[in-house]
Amino acid sequence: MERGLTVEEARRVVDKVVLEYFRALVEPGEAVGMVAAQSIGEPSTQMTLRTFHFAGVRELNVTLGLPRLIEIVDARKTVATPVMEVYLTGDYARSKEKALEIARELELTTVENVSKAITMDYFEYSIIIELDPEMLENRGVSPEDVVKVLNRVKGKKGSIEVGDLTVVFRTGLDDAIKLRKIYDRVRGLRVKGIKGIKRAIVRYDEKLGEYKIITEGSNLVAALSIKGVDHRRTISNNIHEIAEVLGIEAARAAIIKEMTGVLEEQGLDVDIRHILLVADAMTLTGRVKQVGRHGVAGEKPSVLARAAFEITVKHLVDAAIRGEVEELKGAIENVIVGSKVVPMGTGAVKLLMSYPNMQQAPSSES
Amino acid sequence: MSHRVNILEHELVPQHILLSEEEASKILKRMGISRRQLPWILASDPVAKAIGAKPGDVVMVIRKSPTAGVSVALRYVIRG
Repeated sequence: MERGLTVEEARRVVDKVVLEYFRALVEPGEAVGMVAAQSIGEPSTQMTLRTFHFAGVRELNVTLGLPRLIEIVDARKTVATPVMEVYLTGDYARSKEKALEIARELELTTVENVSKAITMDYFEYSIIIELDPEMLENRGVSPEDVVKVLNRVKGKKGSIEVGDLTVVFRTGLDDAIKLRKIYDRVRGLRVKGIKGIKRAIVRYDEKLGEYKIITEGSNLVAALSIKGVDHRRTISNNIHEIAEVLGIEAARAAIIKEMTGVLEEQGLDVDIRHILLVADAMTLTGRVKQVGRHGVAGEKPSVLARAAFEITVKHLVDAAIRGEVEELKGAIENVIVGSKVVPMGTGAVKLLMSYPNMQQAPSSES
Repeated sequence: MSHRVNILEHELVPQHILLSEEEASKILKRMGISRRQLPWILASDPVAKAIGAKPGDVVMVIRKSPTAGVSVALRYVIRG
């Protein structure tokens, strides 16, 4: 009424809305899976031309487009470019300096990263670490931090001498091969940061008006428990990692988010309901399952449907050995055997009729 | 520096409600299906553990849906 509509007009609007609602409903027996497959498959053919397209964050590459889409539906355990979006809380989100502090906490810093040179002295059986003041400053590490991690590996016989910017680690060993081993270990020792994070970049999110951190490499568990990191919003682009840390429902949500993200970025308009169906099918068993041969398609109950998908002969032979029964309940197997009625749409309904009544029915009048 | 994180607060995690035996049976009866026909959730799932769901339970998931606003789903807790 406020908008100047008469009762009659308002009623017509309501009717129209109801009509649109019914139009949007899926009819019983509709082959939604096939429609979803086609509706995602067709637009993705348009992506193929721009296959290896990297974009997004200036400083690091993120797989996008078709390769990323394949990665998602294949439910890869390791993604080509693992990335985390780390959101921050309170002051950390407001100031760049504070955000940088967190970025340093995240970024993996090894002894090698803050050294100019690490050398071995075979006569003294010691390792000489020359620290790089610039890198120390950059990574927010003090020489004491380096000494602290060295203390953890030095063992009983080892000792450490600290110079101005050199640290001498006397191993106390008498075997060159062992020295070599410990040398490799020292180089890779973690001084600061979390495992798996190669780089952490602070960016200003204009939409939210706050600072966030994009990381190369991901380690969700470790990142979530760092103070200053918003554990409510921080996410990884690895679906399996999300399933492990946040559960299957979060994985479902992540699949939807990632898939819509890829399609949107490519300017393709796919109805969200197709994606919802894919995400539901992938998370049906409580574990993230790929769509392909080891998952949704490969675990179909019908032999013929599986054989139609991949490695036809193997599936047929295996089924014969195991004595599987083809129930002909799905669409694919019925198309293969040439059924006149495929159990979908109007074919999904069966006719129930009592025989005696049929005999009494009046004979056709024509 | 590090602290315990409550994953139930994460924005990707929808609200999970552990249904009582009576509630679960009532809903399933109304839908005319058995438990195993529901989508599953592992007992080892971090959220299932957090709400204390055991194999055989039914969990109600209240999701935010882009099409329906809010949508309710059920998951059957299986061993794993």
